[in-house]
Amino acid sequence: MPEVSRKAAIALAASASIALFATACTGQSNSGANDDASKETAINFWHAWSAPNEVAAVKSLIAGFEHAHPNIHVNVVGNMTDDKINQALRTGGDKAPDVISSFTTNNVGKFCSSGALIDLNPFFKKAGIDAQATFPKAMNEYTQFDGDRCTVPLLGDAYGLYYNKTAFAKAGIKNPPKTWSEFEADAKKLTIPQGDGYRQLGFMPDYHGWETTTEHYFAQFSPTYFGPGGKSDVARDPAFEKGFTLQKKLVDELGGFQKLERYRATLGDEWGPKHPFHTGQVAMQLDGEWRLGMAVDAKPKFDIGVAPLPVPDDQADQYGKGYITGTVAGIAATSHKQNAAWEFVKYITTDTDAVVGFANDIHNVPSTLAALKSPKLKYDPRFKTFLDIAANPNSTTSPASINGGQYLVTIQQFGYDYESGKEKDLKAGLARTARQIDTDIAQAK
Amino acid sequence: MSTLTTSTPAAAARPAGLAAKRRRSALKTLAFMSPGLIGFAVFFAYPLASTVYFSFMHYDGFKPPTWSGTKNWTYVFENYPLFWPALRNTLWLVVVMVTLRVLFGLGVGMLITKIKTGTGVFRTLFYLPYLAPPVAATMAFAFLLNPGTGPVNSLLEKTGIPAPGWFNDPTWSKPALTLLALWGVGDLMVIFMAALLDVPTEQYEAAELDGASPWQRFRYVTLPNISPIVMFAVVTGVIQTMQYYTQPLIAGKVASGVIQGAGTQFEPGYPDKSTLTLPQLVYNLGFQRFDYGSACVVALVLFALSMVFTAFLMRRRGGLIQAGD
Repeated sequence: MPEVSRKAAIALAASASIALFATACTGQSNSGANDDASKETAINFWHAWSAPNEVAAVKSLIAGFEHAHPNIHVNVVGNMTDDKINQALRTGGDKAPDVISSFTTNNVGKFCSSGALIDLNPFFKKAGIDAQATFPKAMNEYTQFDGDRCTVPLLGDAYGLYYNKTAFAKAGIKNPPKTWSEFEADAKKLTIPQGDGYRQLGFMPDYHGWETTTEHYFAQFSPTYFGPGGKSDVARDPAFEKGFTLQKKLVDELGGFQKLERYRATLGDEWGPKHPFHTGQVAMQLDGEWRLGMAVDAKPKFDIGVAPLPVPDDQADQYGKGYITGTVAGIAATSHKQNAAWEFVKYITTDTDAVVGFANDIHNVPSTLAALKSPKLKYDPRFKTFLDIAANPNSTTSPASINGGQYLVTIQQFGYDYESGKEKDLKAGLARTARQIDTDIAQAK
Repeated sequence: MSTLTTSTPAAAARPAGLAAKRRRSALKTLAFMSPGLIGFAVFFAYPLASTVYFSFMHYDGFKPPTWSGTKNWTYVFENYPLFWPALRNTLWLVVVMVTLRVLFGLGVGMLITKIKTGTGVFRTLFYLPYLAPPVAATMAFAFLLNPGTGPVNSLLEKTGIPAPGWFNDPTWSKPALTLLALWGVGDLMVIFMAALLDVPTEQYEAAELDGASPWQRFRYVTLPNISPIVMFAVVTGVIQTMQYYTQPLIAGKVASGVIQGAGTQFEPGYPDKSTLTLPQLVYNLGFQRFDYGSACVVALVLFALSMVFTAFLMRRRGGLIQAGD
């Protein structure tokens, strides 16, 4: 090949690679809360909701705010993932968000530690709002990191157990299980094999079974993710060992990993009408409060039951607790309208009527203690289970970390290896997982 | 003397004039080259220098970058558990997928140039899949190859052939991606067809008169003639595969049943990291974890690999031409 062509080809290879992968310079936080919120102004609000009913709910929430604050106009951008929000928060500019809301509670630590969202403690203090007395305990915890309250809860999600009442009756089970021992027995009783698969599976325990992730299971064991000094407690707190052992036992007893995965591949997706709980292919489902509306809309041929998730046998007195997470809202550090943005955040997250109205429209759990008790709250009687889980002081969440939910990804990765039998030594695996979490956190600092 | 007195100023003026002419010529050359040079500086030299610089910095996009020495390099090579699986997968795809795509594209191109009737129909049929958007094509393949409900496995089971788990099985996920790449081989088919039709027919006639077998005609007539195109296909194939992102990501997401959206965590390379590629790490580290330093390290590894592969292929091609000649 002629020399020129060779160089050209090498240059082509190099530039193609670099042009794709090179990082770009990004903006810096350069603003403060110096704006006058009483003057005519407009703010940008980015959120992640996308379904038509959700978009309408956001519109209604904003109409309420603009009615209360006629001088502040809100430009709304919906269907925004955290990746896009994070990139915009770093870029800044007139079109960047002043206020964001994110579904990914696990990213709070990253939002706070990076300085992408401002600390709202001074605003709360100035407004005379006591966050601890305003929000449920778990929600109050997951919206701050290391004392920095860079987010506020904006509706919440509570996880419980959905069960097929008709299948329960057919199997002679009278009540939903309250402990994991009862749950194991019920799951086996509800499982009806058919050929290489199942006519009905009692419960899909695999970590890929939509919401059956490690953190959702383990919340029932009230684990401590980080010990003193911020080191991972995964290998020290016995809650994790118990959680992994329980899930593995369920996998083995319900047919084994390979068989369950084969069956899982035949099931409908999480967000469609053919979700296996709707179709009766799975008799029990660990899921969030939103499943109730989706399941009812799918018009299943059975009665839907809702209950809190079971607890370990030695924690029977804590039955009623669950995993809590939720949407969070915050103010961009790059915003030049932070006072106006605060008025908006304060309204959508602490105004009881606004929170109740939004919860009614979105079918999520309200995120203030006052809203949880509001008589204006409209819900299916079964939804009350989730309101109670949210208000339960024993309910837990996964704590904010400097690198977001990376530690949860690491735990879940180990979970995949353990459930499939690739990793057999639980203790050694947990120790390795803890080391990895610590290494990742050190890298992020 | 007079010659001397008259020639001295002329001799002095000549080099000065020459130098000015050379300067003007150099400036003119530079002016003509400037679009290319500016492009090279802005789109290659600066990003490359920046990538190297940031690979030694701790930078999250907000706080000013701080020097971290070789910390990012150590993290990626020693402590980041996804790096080596992603590198292995990327190399597997470069070696297997690129080779098969080139062979298949060449084979289809040769077949279509040979057939007498329905050429247009076959060309269209083989080219159309290339036009399918990668996301849609990957989702369609994930549906077709679904181990439980997909028509491919139903057919295999009916014929008694063991049905693989495809995108749900770590052993079969990369072969399934390769099948997807072969399905979309239309681009290479068209390029190879053009090259094959350009081979002088008299060379084939001469080879036939000399009693060359079909393989010898291919080896000593076709291949040397189309070798620049083969090289082009391989080099661009290697670069594209180094940047392979959409298809493995979508295949993993669809097969896992956990569609990544707002509120969900990044799950690397379902199943069991087998569809994880280096570009996915660049995105995850750079734009999800905002660890720009480590993302730059992975980007530089990709750059180095691209260079090594390209240099290796260039050398090999030199040998091929010599053998062909």
